[in-house]
Amino acid sequence: MLVFFLFCFLYKSRLSLQYDHEKISERHTGQYYTLPAAHIQKLFPHGLPPRFQLQIKTFNEGCVMVRPPALELISYLKKADYSKPPLRYILYGDVGTGKTMCLSHALHYCYTQGWLIVHISDAHLWVKNCKELLPSSSRPSRFDQPIQASQWLKNFKITNERFLSKVQLGYVWTKRERTEKGQPLGELVDQGVNRMKSSSDVVGAVLRELRLQAGGATEGEGAFKLAVAVDGLNALWGKTSLKKEDRTMCEPEELTLIHNVRKMMKNNWSGGAILTALSQTGSLFKPQSAYLPSELLGEEGFDNMEPFVPVSVSNYNEKEFESCYLYYLDRNWLQHSHSRSEEGKKELIFLSNKNPSILERLCAFL
Amino acid sequence: MAASGCRGVRSILWKYGSCGKNFCVSRSKTVPQLPVRQICVSSSLWKKNLAAAGPQKFTQEFIDKQVEEFEVGKRHLANMMGEDPETFTQEDIDRSIAYLFPSGLFEKRARPVMKHPDEIFPKQTAIQWDAEGRPFHFLFYTGRQSYYSLLHDVYEKILAIERHQDKMRNKGLFTSETKQILLTGSRWLLKEEIEEYLVENISDHDYVRLIQLMEKLLSMPYCSLEEEFILKFRKQLEAQSSKHEIPALQYDPQGVAFSVADGRRKTAKASITLRDSGSGNITINGRNYLHCFPLLQDREQLMFPLHFVGMLGRFDIEGSVEGSGHSAQAGALRLAISRALLSFVSEGEVERIRQAGLLTADPRIRERKKPGQEGARKKFTWKKR
Repeated sequence: MLVFFLFCFLYKSRLSLQYDHEKISERHTGQYYTLPAAHIQKLFPHGLPPRFQLQIKTFNEGCVMVRPPALELISYLKKADYSKPPLRYILYGDVGTGKTMCLSHALHYCYTQGWLIVHISDAHLWVKNCKELLPSSSRPSRFDQPIQASQWLKNFKITNERFLSKVQLGYVWTKRERTEKGQPLGELVDQGVNRMKSSSDVVGAVLRELRLQAGGATEGEGAFKLAVAVDGLNALWGKTSLKKEDRTMCEPEELTLIHNVRKMMKNNWSGGAILTALSQTGSLFKPQSAYLPSELLGEEGFDNMEPFVPVSVSNYNEKEFESCYLYYLDRNWLQHSHSRSEEGKKELIFLSNKNPSILERLCAFL
Repeated sequence: MAASGCRGVRSILWKYGSCGKNFCVSRSKTVPQLPVRQICVSSSLWKKNLAAAGPQKFTQEFIDKQVEEFEVGKRHLANMMGEDPETFTQEDIDRSIAYLFPSGLFEKRARPVMKHPDEIFPKQTAIQWDAEGRPFHFLFYTGRQSYYSLLHDVYEKILAIERHQDKMRNKGLFTSETKQILLTGSRWLLKEEIEEYLVENISDHDYVRLIQLMEKLLSMPYCSLEEEFILKFRKQLEAQSSKHEIPALQYDPQGVAFSVADGRRKTAKASITLRDSGSGNITINGRNYLHCFPLLQDREQLMFPLHFVGMLGRFDIEGSVEGSGHSAQAGALRLAISRALLSFVSEGEVERIRQAGLLTADPRIRERKKPGQEGARKKFTWKKR
C-alpha cells in the first residue's frame, strides 16, 4: 500500500517537476525530473555518460534523479558571491555512484540561469588514444591535438550559441594570423573549427578571453557568468599514455589543451564557478580502489586545486533506490515477473549494493 | 663347456697336487663325457600362474594362529606404548601404529596396519564335505548352497505364517490390523552386503529374487512374528543432517547475536562473522564486496545461501578470504555463510539447506600434471610415425 502511494506520488511529481530549479529543494530528493529534449541537444552534445544516452534513446526522455550532492552544489552556486574569485567544487566518490550525473544536473541549472558553459566532458580522452600529435605552432616545446580541439570547439559552439555574437575580443595569437579587436567570439571559434592545425591555440585563446571577460562587466549586454565544468579532473595532473616522436612518454604539461585547462583551474579570475568531478574509470595508472581526491589527483594536482569544496557522492540510500526501482517499473523496464515482487527487490538490493551504475546494468537484462 | 672347465680344474690341481692329494676333487667320475648344452629358460616357467590358482586358501589352523599372534602382539604393543593391555582398543592400536611407523604415502590403504585377522583375511567357507567326500549340506550340488538354503528358510517362514493365519481363522480371531514392522529409516542390504553375509557370489537376478521373496513375507498380515529375522536383512540409515556441526551462537556485549564459520574451496580459505540485526552490508578483507567481486556471478554465489533461507537484508557479514582466484573465493565464502547460517535456523531448515547442496564442500581440486603429457589430460601431439 505504502509502495503504491509512493509510486503515485513519484509518478505525479515526475510529470509536474519540469525544470524549475527555483522550486527544487531537499524534500524532492529521490524524485526524477525531466530534462527537456531541446536542452539535452544543446547543452549535452557530448557531456552525458554513454549508458545514460542509451537510456534517453530507449525511454524517449531524459530523466535525472534529484540527489543530495547535486542539491548541495546548486545551493552553493546560488549563494556564492560572484565578484570574488570562483569557488572550486570537486565531486568525488566511488565508481558508479553518479558523479557525472550530478555534475550534469548542476550544469543544467547553470544553463537555465543563463550562464556561459565551458564543459569538458572527459579530460581523460585528451591524454590517451590520440592519433595525431603535432608539435605546437606557437610554442616549440608543446604538442597540439587538432582533432580533439576542433571537436571540443564544435561542441562549445552548439552549447553557447547565444553568446558567440555578444562577446568581443581582440587577440594576436600566431605570427601569421591575427584577429582584430572587436570581433565576436563566434568568428574565432569558426576559425578554429575550420583550420584544424591551429585549433588547440584557438581553444587556449577562447579560454583566456572568457577568463578576462567573465567578471568584467557587471551590467549591460556583456555580462555573463562563466561555469567551467571538467569531468575526469585527475587526467590533468596524472600521466598520459601518449608518446613523443622519440618514443619517450609525454607529460601532461606538454599538451596545449591540458596546459590551457590548467590555467582555467586557477582562481585568478572572477565571475563564475568551477565544477569538477573525479573519475577513476578512465584514469591511467591508478588502482581501482582509489577514489579520494588526494589519491586520484596526486600531490601536484591536490596542491593546485587547493582550496576546494569537496562534495562526496555515494550509493543510493533506501529512498533513492526505491525511487529508481519504481521508475524502472513505470517505464516497463523490468520485464521479469519476479522483479516486481518483494523478494526480487531484495535480490536487486543485494546484488547491486544500491550502486546506481551496477543497478542500471543489472536491470538492463531483466 | 663343462668338460673343458673340468679339465681346467684338473690342470690346476695337478700343479698343486704335491700339496696334498686329499685336495683332489673326484669330479671326473660324476661328469658325463657328452657335451652338455645349457638351456636358456625364462623366469615365467617357474613362476606360479597366480590367476589360475584362484584365491589363496587359508586353513582354519592358520587363521587361529594369526588370531593368537594378534592378541599377543596387541599386548606387546600396549606395553611398548606404556598403556594398560586390558583396555587397549582398536583405535589405540591404530594410533600407536601411526606413531611408530609414520608413513608419507598418500594412499591410506597402503600404510602399515594392524588389525584383527578376521578383518584382514577374507572369509572363506570351511571344507564342506566329510572324509569320504560326501557333502554335509543337502543343497551342496546346487553350487550356491547358502543362497538356496536362505531362500528355503524364508519360504518355510512364509508357510509357517500361513499356518498361523489359518489357525487364527479357525479360532475366529483373524484380524488384518496387526502390528506392522517399521521399515522407515532403513533399507534392504545391498547385493555386496548379502554376498558378504553368505560368503558366496550371487548374481543380480538372484538378489532380485531374494528381495521379492522378502517383500512377499512382509506383505502377509502376521509378519511381525518374524520381525527379528527380517530386520537382520535391513540396514538403518542415519539422518545425514545430524552429522553437521552447527557453530555456536555467540552474543556481543551489545546483545547482538553472531556466529563464526569457515569455508574452503580449492586452496581458497574464508572465515566470516555473521551478525544479526544488520542491514545487508558485506565487508570482505576490509573492502566492500562490490569492489572485491565486480563479477555478477560471484555476488550471486554470495547471495544464494541467504536468499534460499529468505533472510536477505537481515545479516551483516564481515569476512576475510585468501588464496586461489575470485571464483574459488566466492565459493569458499558461500560455504562459510551457509555454515554460519545453521545456528540461526531451525532443524527442518538445516535439512533443506543440506539437500540444496549448500553445506557440501566442493571436493574438486586441480589435477596433477603427469609426466609424458602436456598437462593433466592434454597429451603431446600424436605422430603416426
